[in-house]
Amino acid sequence: MANEMPMRQGYGLALADYGAADDRVVVLDADTSSSTLSCYFGERFPQRFINVGIAEPCMVDVAVGLALEGWVPFVNGFAALVALRALEQIRTCVGYGRANVKIAAGYAGLSDYKDGPTHHSITDIAILRAIPAMTVIVAADAAEAAAWVPLVAEYDGPVYLRLSRAETIAVHQPGQSLAIGRGIVRRAGADVTLVSAGAMVGRSLLAAAELAREGIDARVLELHTIKPLDRDLLCQAAEETGALVTAEEHSVVGGLGGAVAEALCDARPAPLERVGIQDTFTRTAPDPDSLMDAYGLAVSDIVAAAKRALRRKEARA
Amino acid sequence: MPHYGESLIAEIEERARELRLDSLRMIYQRQAGHPGGSLSAAEIMAALHFCHLRLDPSNPSWPERDRFILSKGHASALLYSALARRGYFPLDDLERWGELACHLQGHPDRLKTPGVEMTSGVLGHGIAIGAGMALAGRMRGQAYGVYVLLGDGECQGGIVWEGAMFAAKYCLANLTAIVDCNDVQLDGPVHEVLPLEPFAEKWRAHNWAVIEINGHNVRQILEALDLAGEIHDRPTVILARTTKGKGVSFMENDAHWHGVAPNEEQYQRALRELKGGA
Repeated sequence: MANEMPMRQGYGLALADYGAADDRVVVLDADTSSSTLSCYFGERFPQRFINVGIAEPCMVDVAVGLALEGWVPFVNGFAALVALRALEQIRTCVGYGRANVKIAAGYAGLSDYKDGPTHHSITDIAILRAIPAMTVIVAADAAEAAAWVPLVAEYDGPVYLRLSRAETIAVHQPGQSLAIGRGIVRRAGADVTLVSAGAMVGRSLLAAAELAREGIDARVLELHTIKPLDRDLLCQAAEETGALVTAEEHSVVGGLGGAVAEALCDARPAPLERVGIQDTFTRTAPDPDSLMDAYGLAVSDIVAAAKRALRRKEARA
Repeated sequence: MPHYGESLIAEIEERARELRLDSLRMIYQRQAGHPGGSLSAAEIMAALHFCHLRLDPSNPSWPERDRFILSKGHASALLYSALARRGYFPLDDLERWGELACHLQGHPDRLKTPGVEMTSGVLGHGIAIGAGMALAGRMRGQAYGVYVLLGDGECQGGIVWEGAMFAAKYCLANLTAIVDCNDVQLDGPVHEVLPLEPFAEKWRAHNWAVIEINGHNVRQILEALDLAGEIHDRPTVILARTTKGKGVSFMENDAHWHGVAPNEEQYQRALRELKGGA
């Protein structure tokens, strides 16, 4: 697999660069800055870097106070901890109180493979997207994570930016168009649509290549913004291909697959197969790729799901 | 520090009585709300909103205003009364509290009600959010103060102490917390449900300056707020010892009146006591 720099590094460097361009940005971390790489910002702008210690709820509340006074705070931490420990702060003070806080949730999905299930974040998308007023974005690779930083900072409102610790397959070209709420067609195709986000975008492209060898023409959509979902692009794909697969580094409960299922059943029902972690806790592993493979996120799982979706489509015809 | 004359003290005491009457009327009319913790904090609220805080009700977002967060957001009736009487919105709005179309929510909502600095109602957030606001002010060289009113039961939650440690790390002297220490929470006495004492020592151990006062003594409240302004190396907490349900004999020190509205007979009796000064 063609790897580039780890996503966290792309994010951390971009955040530090953006700090020079926008003096409203303040960066908070909960004693994980040398892991999330928010430390790059801290080294360049110590006056605008705040380490709250191991206290994610406090970090979010302090960020709310800063946001109400016109600063643009990026809070950084491990997704599994920020999304759960600070959830009430996020719901009440960031969401309901509508504070302009940017939650950069690092180490998401299974990317903290070595620490195990306590640090695997497989429910955060489901939780965060249920909060009104929250925008939920999943970055696919280092270049995309970097490109999100200015867009998220300049957007007026709360954002959950989901980041990985890992090196993911490179899919995004620097300078390529990127916008909140607007999905990207990563590969054209007419037979079936593979809808993905995060690390699964690259895997979906590999799956599409494998399907092509078997004569199946798969479209690959990257719906990086889980909320608000690009319903137009999704429904167009449902209309034109008639069968879909979602692929996500998250539980199949309530994540991208859930969001896509909701949108399709509202607007354009079509056979849908969901690739994700099958409502189970995970395990510690020696590397992220083998862990993803072990929990049903392998390229071959996407290929098999595409074939199931196609069979269902043909059964309807 | 300023000297407060008897007439000013009497005026603030009268304001506190108005806030109590408003709060009870609002809770009675709506048959919902929190009388006990509204009555206990009436002098604190009156001293802040009618004397100490620098506010401009005609310009709620005036950059130089002092920031006030009602961290014990369930005492919303008291805050709404103070804001209305301070001129942020018409007094008549108080009679519509809880109506679907009214801007006054069960708990304060910064996006709906003018003068509400921060949405609250879930306990514990005030210190950490206030610390963020205080740090923000210092980073921009702004002179405003940040004031947070908490309940004592609220301090059972860990987020309060996370915020306290954070404020101490940054020596946020522009942050002042006032704890309405009425020793009663929903389920019973605070010292039985989960004891806080030694409470002052807890704050001192978190590197806060501590001032202990009688929270129904307006002069003590005003002087404590001034004294907090003289402390330049750390945040200050004012532990205001109060009586839950203060001013209504049958509500005083009784957990039943934490979140229950009076019936008509009880309401009339309460009015007689408050109006008669009994």
